[in-house]
Amino acid sequence: MRVTVRVNGETRQADCWEGESLLFALREKLGLPGSKNACEQGECGSCSVLLDGVLVCSCLVLAAQADGHEVATVEGLADGGELHPVQQAFVDAGAVQCGFCTPGLVVAAVDLLRRNASPSDDEIREALSGNLCRCTGYVKIVDAVRLAAERA
Amino acid sequence: MDVLTPRTLDDALALKAEHRDAWPIQGGTDVLVALNFDRARPAVMLNLNEVAELRGYERADGELRLGAGLTYTELEHGPLRDELRALSEAARTVGSPQIRNRGTIGGNLGTASPAGDAIPPLVVEGAEVECASVRGTRRVPVAEFVTGVKRNALEPDELVTAVWVRPSNAAQTFMKVGPRNAMVIAVCSLALSAGDALRACFGSASPRPVLVTAPLDEAATFAERVAEAAAPIDDVRGSAGYRRHALRVLAERALKRVVL
Repeated sequence: MRVTVRVNGETRQADCWEGESLLFALREKLGLPGSKNACEQGECGSCSVLLDGVLVCSCLVLAAQADGHEVATVEGLADGGELHPVQQAFVDAGAVQCGFCTPGLVVAAVDLLRRNASPSDDEIREALSGNLCRCTGYVKIVDAVRLAAERA
Repeated sequence: MDVLTPRTLDDALALKAEHRDAWPIQGGTDVLVALNFDRARPAVMLNLNEVAELRGYERADGELRLGAGLTYTELEHGPLRDELRALSEAARTVGSPQIRNRGTIGGNLGTASPAGDAIPPLVVEGAEVECASVRGTRRVPVAEFVTGVKRNALEPDELVTAVWVRPSNAAQTFMKVGPRNAMVIAVCSLALSAGDALRACFGSASPRPVLVTAPLDEAATFAERVAEAAAPIDDVRGSAGYRRHALRVLAERALKRVVL
């Protein structure tokens, strides 16, 4: 089936199998591999994107369900060569180790800071509770979100 | 495989009558897992995301009609949190923000898992499921709607369209046992209220929801009665003995939270 989605401000079309996830369509059909494919069951958050401005796991959305809707992925955050402030904060705070979870965490952090400009540590932890990182122990990640909030 | 995307409830019901084996999909948090892991290949999926009648909630004659597409996020943060306190608390324990943004109350009922977090609070509040088809609508109490482990009372041409609840305004709470505070399928859970009487219902401790009630002056023995009413099993998440013990502890704590 033909799916039409507005991705990062651009209207795109993809021919999808009916049972295919939005994540698969983004990565394999639309050339956007920033959203990572790991657990495929909504446990790890590495595929996090914004669907009509709402934070979701793209592995749990049917590509067909995104038809006619707006998707924002991690690829759309940077402004040309300039990183998004949340991405820059992740770099500056040393919040990236292997990097696999980073795109999902960045998208989740961007979503949090849009809704809550100065979150408490507890609010940061709850907002990122659906994103697994197996390297860092999360301390630097929480530092990065706090840093991004302070700079804003 | 085919995905049908109706734009109105009438169209959705007509399609369900025509394709009785179609899988309804709303938030997808259960259906996509089955698809991604090749556990199911439904011939037809009925995507309900575009049916506006299933969203939000409305009031009618002292009752709340919660649309089947109401999300956990809406229950957690929305204006209903004070009226449906235990349900709102339960919603906050579901998955992660990403899951709560997509998962719906209708999906939780349709899946009818013993671990469905919305179910115990709805049973305690005496909620009813609105089941609709081209033949009409009927209401089924939540405890009767869940007929077994992942089985429900829907006829093949029916969809869950709403949940009706008359908020009791009783003091109430929801508690859940799991290895962490997020991304947890309940090892066991408990909703408890104290209004005109004590009412409790547990999750992950019986194949169907069980409502346990007692007069307010029997609070001293209520936790024991809750634990005795459970029919837990041993599985990967916990043993039957642990679950029964934990339910007793949860009931004692819940009583302290709502009564004392």
